[in-house]
Amino acid sequence: MDFEEHAAKPLLAAAGIAVPHGATVTTPDEAAAAAESLGPVVVKAQAPTGKRGKAGGIKPADDAAGARSAAREILGMTLGGRVVERVLVEERADIVHELYATVLNDTASKGPLVLFSTLGGMDIEEAAARDANAVRRHPVDIRRGLDSAAAKSVLDGLGLGAATEAVADVLVRLYGVWRSRDAELVEINPLAITGDGRAVALDCKFILDDLARARQEDIVDAGVPDELTDLEARGRDLGLTYIELDGEVGILANGAGLAMTTMDAVRHYGGGPANFLEIGGQSYTKATPALDLVLSNPRVQSLVVNFCGAFARTDVMTEGVVGAWEALEPDIPVFFCIHGTGSKEAVPIVRERLGMEPFPTMDEAVRAAIAVAK
Amino acid sequence: MSDLAGMIVRAPDRILVQGITGRQGGFWTRRMQEYGARVVGGVNPKRAGEEFLGVPVHESAVAAARETGIDVAVMFIPPMAAKAAALDAIEAGARLLVVLTEHIPTQDVMYFMAAARDSGTRIMGPNTAGLVTPGETFVGIMPAWEEDICRPGRVGVVSRSGSLGTLACLHLVQAGFGQSAVLGLGGDPILGTTTIEALRALEQDPGTDAVVLVGEIGGTAEEDAAAFIAAMSKPVVAFIAGGASPPGRKMGHAGAIVMGDKGTYRSKRDALEKAGAAVLDMPSQLGETMREVMAT
Repeated sequence: MDFEEHAAKPLLAAAGIAVPHGATVTTPDEAAAAAESLGPVVVKAQAPTGKRGKAGGIKPADDAAGARSAAREILGMTLGGRVVERVLVEERADIVHELYATVLNDTASKGPLVLFSTLGGMDIEEAAARDANAVRRHPVDIRRGLDSAAAKSVLDGLGLGAATEAVADVLVRLYGVWRSRDAELVEINPLAITGDGRAVALDCKFILDDLARARQEDIVDAGVPDELTDLEARGRDLGLTYIELDGEVGILANGAGLAMTTMDAVRHYGGGPANFLEIGGQSYTKATPALDLVLSNPRVQSLVVNFCGAFARTDVMTEGVVGAWEALEPDIPVFFCIHGTGSKEAVPIVRERLGMEPFPTMDEAVRAAIAVAK
Repeated sequence: MSDLAGMIVRAPDRILVQGITGRQGGFWTRRMQEYGARVVGGVNPKRAGEEFLGVPVHESAVAAARETGIDVAVMFIPPMAAKAAALDAIEAGARLLVVLTEHIPTQDVMYFMAAARDSGTRIMGPNTAGLVTPGETFVGIMPAWEEDICRPGRVGVVSRSGSLGTLACLHLVQAGFGQSAVLGLGGDPILGTTTIEALRALEQDPGTDAVVLVGEIGGTAEEDAAAFIAAMSKPVVAFIAGGASPPGRKMGHAGAIVMGDKGTYRSKRDALEKAGAAVLDMPSQLGETMREVMAT
């Protein structure tokens, strides 16, 4: 889950990292009012995307009138596919130097990784491409954390001089935000060294580990909500991963891998998948609401039920689907393929109650479903 | 780093089931026992001292190790309790820890991975369907006993997904092949055992003549393994799931997401083909393709 700048900076501030004074507003008048008390400001579009500056989403303003017109230009523009509804109006910092600092989840080292560069303010991949030595990489043992000495070792030899202490302190606190807030990534770019020698976070990007939402409930509401269709929201409320697509063949499968592969098969044989939906893992008892969900998509013209049971028992899933089928009496054709755990019990359920024979392979079930959908 | 051969479970392995008294723990322990797996005990601190399914229930994995000794621990444990259970199994000295649990917070995974690295415990998963060595033993939630799916043989199967690994096994058996080992890696982005390590284990395994690699979109595990595949002495047949999936969406597995140009179907397929693997369009082509690569 992404957090926009205005929602991410309070997480830094709460950890004792300096951020500019500012206000998040939704109208030009509010922007002007905010600038009245702040003096020279920067007006920044709030959008979960990088490169806002290049797209014209960040504008300086010297006074209230300037802030009003900057906000008027930015509000309503489209950034990263979304309409900008909020701007952050912030006091302008006295920047001497711009740095870059990040803590992120690193799949290679299977732990947290601190990235630091003195080339702040630019895209970090560009910085690394320009100079391979420009980005310091410091893997952290999550059991020990990042202390001040380790943070200073990251900065060693970078010529930060008197600012070293302040920057090391930011790194330690930034790691603390990553750790205590279950971040997938927390990035400050730029981290400014100001004229008075302070380290100030001028921007912040925060991504919450979706797997840890349950223990970060107090901040989840501040994140950018998932953009879901009505059917996808219904799926989420049922605890199911349902993704709506634009094809005509509905899919019900157990397991993420098998559901993806069933979509691949529909595409391979010339059809279009109408959805991704898996009822594997702990969801295998939810076949009844899952079927209802797939059939609620008006584009669906035929349905493939593809089970290859491991943990998910095909007998339990098939009982759920067939029971729901009998109750809903849908007027579209359905094609089954059933293998794996419980299939000896599952196949007779389909045969006896729906009077049809499951196909021996997914390919045959998919091709039959495509043929009638056209 | 722990011994690669240790990820292939063997008949003498002493198996401890954490969460044995739960509904799923009980169901799958019974399946393992019926298959002949050597389940030596279970863990549930609230029922320590009792017997369940004919084996003792312990207060911890450490206690179980003291009393019966253990080689493999398998976790039927909910996500928020997974870290503590994993650390217990690691402290108990398990050689192999099979983490079936899905949706464990990433930092908890990192934490027990770090502990496992120090102690030399090999982790499979999280979010794996487990391990099968047909005719010997199985650990986890795979339909090992279904004769149309698992049968002793000489093809090793590596899969991130449980349902697709099962499908690959089915197609192998339909074509007259059996499996030397089925290794479930798991659907999470951070995994204890990576694709390349599983391939190394099968390359070294004298019981394996060929390998099926079932990957999926997201991450770079398949790309990272390509150079090793090119150097393998055994043929590799691969399938990558997710070619028809939209980018930027998590396809059920936390690890199955295409971000920008990273983790795409095309990138994986190209890397594997360049490495000399036979890459399938559809899993149903597995049997025929395996016959071809085994004949040459």
